[in-house]
Amino acid sequence: MVDVALYGGRAVTTDVPSRSRTLGRLRLNDIIFRNITRGAALAVLVILGGVMIALAAGAWPALQAFGLNFLIEERWNPVTERFGALAPIYGTVVTSLIAMLIAVPVGLMIAMFLTELCPMKLRRPIGIAIELLAGIPSIIYGIWGLFVFAPFLQQHVQPALIAAFENVPALSSLFAGPPYGIGVLTAGLILAIMVLPFITSISRDVFDAVPPMLKESAYGLGCTTWEVVRHVVLPYARVGVIGGVMLGLGRALGETMAVTFVIGNAHRISASLLAPGTTISATIANEFTEAVGDLYTSSLIALGLILFVITFIVLALARYMLLRIERRIG
Amino acid sequence: MVPGSTKLYAARRRRNTISMALSLAATAFGLGWLVLILGVLLYEGFGGLSLKVFTEMTPPPGADGGLLNPILGSLMLTALAVAIGTPLGMLAGTYMAEYGRHDRLSTVVRFINDILLSAPSIVIGLFVYEIMVAPMGHFSGWAGAVALAVIVVPVVVRTTEDMLRLVPDTLREAAASIGVPRSLMITRIGYRAAKAGIITGVLLAIARISGETAPLLFTSLNNQFDSFNLNAPIASLPVVIFQFALSPYADWQKLAWTGALIITFTVLALSIVARALAASGKQS
Repeated sequence: MVDVALYGGRAVTTDVPSRSRTLGRLRLNDIIFRNITRGAALAVLVILGGVMIALAAGAWPALQAFGLNFLIEERWNPVTERFGALAPIYGTVVTSLIAMLIAVPVGLMIAMFLTELCPMKLRRPIGIAIELLAGIPSIIYGIWGLFVFAPFLQQHVQPALIAAFENVPALSSLFAGPPYGIGVLTAGLILAIMVLPFITSISRDVFDAVPPMLKESAYGLGCTTWEVVRHVVLPYARVGVIGGVMLGLGRALGETMAVTFVIGNAHRISASLLAPGTTISATIANEFTEAVGDLYTSSLIALGLILFVITFIVLALARYMLLRIERRIG
Repeated sequence: MVPGSTKLYAARRRRNTISMALSLAATAFGLGWLVLILGVLLYEGFGGLSLKVFTEMTPPPGADGGLLNPILGSLMLTALAVAIGTPLGMLAGTYMAEYGRHDRLSTVVRFINDILLSAPSIVIGLFVYEIMVAPMGHFSGWAGAVALAVIVVPVVVRTTEDMLRLVPDTLREAAASIGVPRSLMITRIGYRAAKAGIITGVLLAIARISGETAPLLFTSLNNQFDSFNLNAPIASLPVVIFQFALSPYADWQKLAWTGALIITFTVLALSIVARALAASGKQS
């Protein structure tokens, strides 16, 4: 058996032993490469597992000391070493809720504009511009929020809110107290701007995936654009939209720097949205490097563990929903 | 005509006009924030932009100075993070697209990777603190780079897998039919065909980490001096902005705005280049 190979246009013959040697080497390379890539894929799992284990180990002393009371205790006192996560959890939930209340309808409206109304030529540039909002680093939102947005709210918006709801029962306590500028509401509004691009781009993609036949049939029956979106596009894209909303929620829950700048870092639960508060991530960012004592550090890591578990559940649900719609389209 | 139907038509048309106006307003609202934020950044930061910013060290309060050490620190951390995260991410993406396209491991890794992609970055910081800073006993540039690398990996995994999947199977079959071993087929043909896409992924990852602050707060910390020792705390642009912006000194705040301007436009430029590259890759 003789092998012929071409080297630089010249035919070269090689003998049999070198052929089997070469083949053996190639086979070995194949096996090595396959296992290296497999190892790298496993490493991704190891990273996630490592995050879980490291956080659980770090949080252990605090969880041992406080037990489940950690979740429902409002006090956060580094001096007496009594720690409870209720105030940060409350702040995280409320700021994310405000963000979603604003970003979901606005994001869906923009997606509707981009898929139904916008001239073809402008669709890409406007879509990219909205997505650039997601590219701005969160610390920029923070510095902008602190120096520009919060003072604006303090001078113009918050006094008006306080005055408007002064005599409305229930709402008056939501908008009570002096206008600080910084606080839960400001943090929620900035989060809304930050998650808007995520919700918009995913909604736009799932709106785009609605079969044109369905839309055209509805138009053919004489539906208005709004009716087509409301009764054809939205029901069809529902699962994907919910997935996108959950993805945005995951971002809002874990967002750190922007919130740290504007929330005011007060470990208390106030009825008023204008009062300063704190969130899980803001507490960790503010206090971790200054935490003295193992129990303090451990309590902060326990906060991180809670945040991770919450966002893990939300993001897993989001991915599950998006997978479902992908399967339907694909 | 049915009585009342003109009324119904008018109502439907009115509802349509209102909702279309709202969607237009929502788009203007979304774009407005982008313009507003970039405008403020330019207004506040542009005045401070001078050669000094890139050539002098961070000053003590009240003195003159620049941002040289945080800029260099950020560049070092970013380069290291990309150097650690890119190979790992590329290899994992390769496994998922080439070897185990439909196996259980790939499905699980894809799911977990997507979660890591949007996991809160501050949690990554805590993780690296636990595995590196606490055992070593001190903050270090290495820890910061590892924290950023953990953020790079899922971005690169995702784009590598997506881009390799776009490579037509006929190319693979052609290679297989002339007896090219699989590993060579992937490295010589798969990677070459997916090159633009993979570079896009790396650029997006760089854009993502160059503004990250939270994972650096308790890994690489900060350093007032021009130290570039990776085994010690090291300054980085985002953390310096954080510290300077929250300080009571006007000249520190001004430097923070300038730093913010530099970061934002770097990040935006990176993501626009990445997009352009991805678009040109799709056309060819």
